[in-house]
Amino acid sequence: MATRVFGKPIRRNEDLRLVRGMGSYLDDVETADPVHVAFLRSPHAHARISSVDVSVARALPGVVGVYLHGDLGEHDIELPLMIPHPCMPYPRTQRLLAKGEVHYVGQTIAMVVAESRYVAEDAVELIDVDYDLLPAVVDLERALEAGAPTTHSDSPGNVGAHLVQVVGDPDEAFARADVVFTERIEIERSAGQSMETRGVLASYDPRTRELSVWDTTQAPLTIKGSLGSLFGIPYNKVRVKQPDMGGGFGTKVMFYPDEILVPWASIQLGRPVKYVEDRIEHFLGSTHERKQVHELELAATKDGEVLALRDRFLHDTGAYIPYGIAIAQVAATQLPGPYRVPSFRVEFTAVYTNTVPVTPYRGCGRPQACLVIERAMDRLADEIGVDRAEIRRRNYICPEEFPYRRGDILFADGLPVTLDSGSYEAQLDTLLDAIGWHGFREEQAAARAEGRRIGIGLANYVEGTGLGPYEGAHVQVEPTTGKVWVATGLVSIGQGLETSLAQIAAEELGVDTEDVLVVTGDTQAMPWGVATFASRAAVVSGNAVAVAAGEVRRKALRFAANMLEAAEDDLVLEGGRVFVKGAPDRFVTLKQVAIASNPLRYAFDADARAATQFAPARRSDGPQLPEGEEPGLESVGYYSPPHATWASGAHAAVVEVDEETGELRYLRYAAVHDCGTMINPMIVEGQVMGGVAQGIGGAFYERMAYDQDGQLRNASFMDFLIPYATEVPPMRLEHLETPSPLNPKGIKGAGEAGCIPVPALTAAAIDDALADLGVRVRSMPLDPCSLKALIDEARAARA
Amino acid sequence: MSGTPVRVTVNGRLHERVVAEPRLLLSDFLRHELGLTGTHVGCEHGVCGCCTIRLDGEAVRSCLLFAVQADGAEIVTIEGLARGEELHPIQAAFRECHGLQCGFCTPGFVMAVDAYLEEVRRPDLTDEEVREAISGNLCRCTGYQNIVEAVKLAAKTMYGEA
Repeated sequence: MATRVFGKPIRRNEDLRLVRGMGSYLDDVETADPVHVAFLRSPHAHARISSVDVSVARALPGVVGVYLHGDLGEHDIELPLMIPHPCMPYPRTQRLLAKGEVHYVGQTIAMVVAESRYVAEDAVELIDVDYDLLPAVVDLERALEAGAPTTHSDSPGNVGAHLVQVVGDPDEAFARADVVFTERIEIERSAGQSMETRGVLASYDPRTRELSVWDTTQAPLTIKGSLGSLFGIPYNKVRVKQPDMGGGFGTKVMFYPDEILVPWASIQLGRPVKYVEDRIEHFLGSTHERKQVHELELAATKDGEVLALRDRFLHDTGAYIPYGIAIAQVAATQLPGPYRVPSFRVEFTAVYTNTVPVTPYRGCGRPQACLVIERAMDRLADEIGVDRAEIRRRNYICPEEFPYRRGDILFADGLPVTLDSGSYEAQLDTLLDAIGWHGFREEQAAARAEGRRIGIGLANYVEGTGLGPYEGAHVQVEPTTGKVWVATGLVSIGQGLETSLAQIAAEELGVDTEDVLVVTGDTQAMPWGVATFASRAAVVSGNAVAVAAGEVRRKALRFAANMLEAAEDDLVLEGGRVFVKGAPDRFVTLKQVAIASNPLRYAFDADARAATQFAPARRSDGPQLPEGEEPGLESVGYYSPPHATWASGAHAAVVEVDEETGELRYLRYAAVHDCGTMINPMIVEGQVMGGVAQGIGGAFYERMAYDQDGQLRNASFMDFLIPYATEVPPMRLEHLETPSPLNPKGIKGAGEAGCIPVPALTAAAIDDALADLGVRVRSMPLDPCSLKALIDEARAARA
Repeated sequence: MSGTPVRVTVNGRLHERVVAEPRLLLSDFLRHELGLTGTHVGCEHGVCGCCTIRLDGEAVRSCLLFAVQADGAEIVTIEGLARGEELHPIQAAFRECHGLQCGFCTPGFVMAVDAYLEEVRRPDLTDEEVREAISGNLCRCTGYQNIVEAVKLAAKTMYGEA
């Protein structure tokens, strides 16, 4: 085909409005006569509410309503358990507004609706609450001790979930191993912290009984279905739109109280109601992730072949467990990484704590699993005295071993973990060249001679992406503009779907990417689909677009053959027109085909008049629209993957450690990424680089600092340190393309990957910079103080 | 009507409003009173830089000012840069270099870079200079590298030899 746009680094369609400040983010959406919401949130991690007095708040001029749980009537409910699993003994989810007891600092107690957000916040200050404090559960290990206080007073303990999974025969492998060791690895809590916070705007029209909701959600169809059934509104009278989204990172896929309360208030008041979090509310009211404590045992031969793993870990699920065991299960299944590991046993306990609830944040358990296995691989290399790169090579799954199934262990999609394809050794070789692995010892010695400590570290990962169940796409050639319109049910959260999906349609239909208009996140445009999460949008919606656009292409050729009175096989679809091979002057434009495909009653423009000069698009002696035919040049298509497709990557960095201050600087960074066939390498690179920056935050800067009372001590950008440009190093990126055999386009997901290996390789590089002191990093993230403490400890041990 | 009169010129157009409450933030005034929603609010405590505008030439954070403090000022927001459909060179460079993903931080970056380039007026910026110049703005999507490239490209376009 002459027009190849699939696989090209094409500039993004969405940028034309975004760089001009003409995007439409949630808070930019204006309606007539809106009222505004602020929430009273619990200042205590665990307390009984003995009394609430809202009378002064209600009397404040400008206040429209103040609501407590008892005011919600039949909607005084708990949020749904989104992913149930039998291993959860007492699954708890959050009530929309607290009843009787609060379980974390930030929990919603009262909703104030007022004429402005300023007044709503004033009114929140006027609500008087008496609390009886209860002991707060914060530490994971103490939470499981006998007699420990419980996160929920009415629960028998703090176990949110407990699951043991075994592949092969790990105990037998441990019995015959030459090398056995245990590592305890901890990773702290962090969060997505998109630049745009969350928000909801709801407008219920009492005349038409239609509910329109704008919501910064990654799952508008979930919201549509839920609101429709909660409020008894016909499915097709609930419209949820997700306008431009200022980053999602998983945090926005959850169901939050405000997503029900704000539409509820609009129905009550018959006025548009708007709620937009401020940053502190985003810290305290939107979900976190990452905290886990692992105890890993590794068994290997003296040659460094890993025989088995045994891992027991604790996973902090916060005050509730709305997303079930997703994060812990992903961590468990990703633990063996790209390595063969014939046997393993993994046991996890999800633990309730009086902290912000935990749901997936970009990476979803993988940065933790990667840190654990890669720290163990580094240790194994050191124990048997081989290079840290070489130890990986000895354990990789080889290309001829795919598909590689890990026993009966199930992935997050409920299907057995089966790695579909990968080129792990080629990936490693590319990485070693890119970072300068082989000449590094000389470089390190030269730096040391100048009194500088530099170190190198690498890490590998695999990532199950592109989960089912399915997505759909509606592809239409517009009869008025001739442009291609594509709608899919999931949403763009900033990753460039308006371009990557356009490229797929453009490729099929022989048009320019700029002539494809992609609509995401409008439930009226595409009422079927799932959501944006798990690096699945490009894989699942991308293939659905290919299915639908392929059908549109076949229709276009069939109609054009009729119009041109030529054989379909003799036609070429290219450059927005269909022409006869060898006779490019004998053509009809795609727009004219679209016009003619809709039996005409009158011609509305020059193209329409021209279209009438051709033979009809359909051959029929009977009705103009014969039985089984539909008007328009369009199609709806669906794609449902057989199971997850496994992307992979290997990253490395050279860091410099200041042993006097504990400061860390990344000197250079290299990443090799393999997400199968790339739709747009520019977008893939952007995803990887952004992920790396987030990973750097998760390795050295960002952590949610809870104190023992369950107070989050750093709930602002002054104290939760997202890296600026000065903290993120230049990156060198290399791509491998090992197509997925699971889908026609060979695509694997790319959204989350970048952040996964960064804590692991940073730990390795710090070890290496401080190898002579015997430092071994076992927890992440570090910061200058904790790194300095590690150095001092190692020095003291040597003295 | 009670309140404080505020007279500001925004993107070349004079606006005269009465601000009912002196605590109204300039960012909210621009966004919700004047409808200029391109100026975004990311943290409301002056760290993220999403709300950066130019006020009498200076790049400032509109979330750290009250609207009444801007009385008499000349303001340029992101909406004031492009000429119709024609992008400003900084905007074009951000698109060219894939210097944005979700686009929420982008207006703040573009306005900060606009002030910076006007000050340095050179085509040959180093990576270090650019990273320093943009180190008051947070981006959660791009990893900054493509933003650095965009700023260098914009500097070349605006101040390079023709």
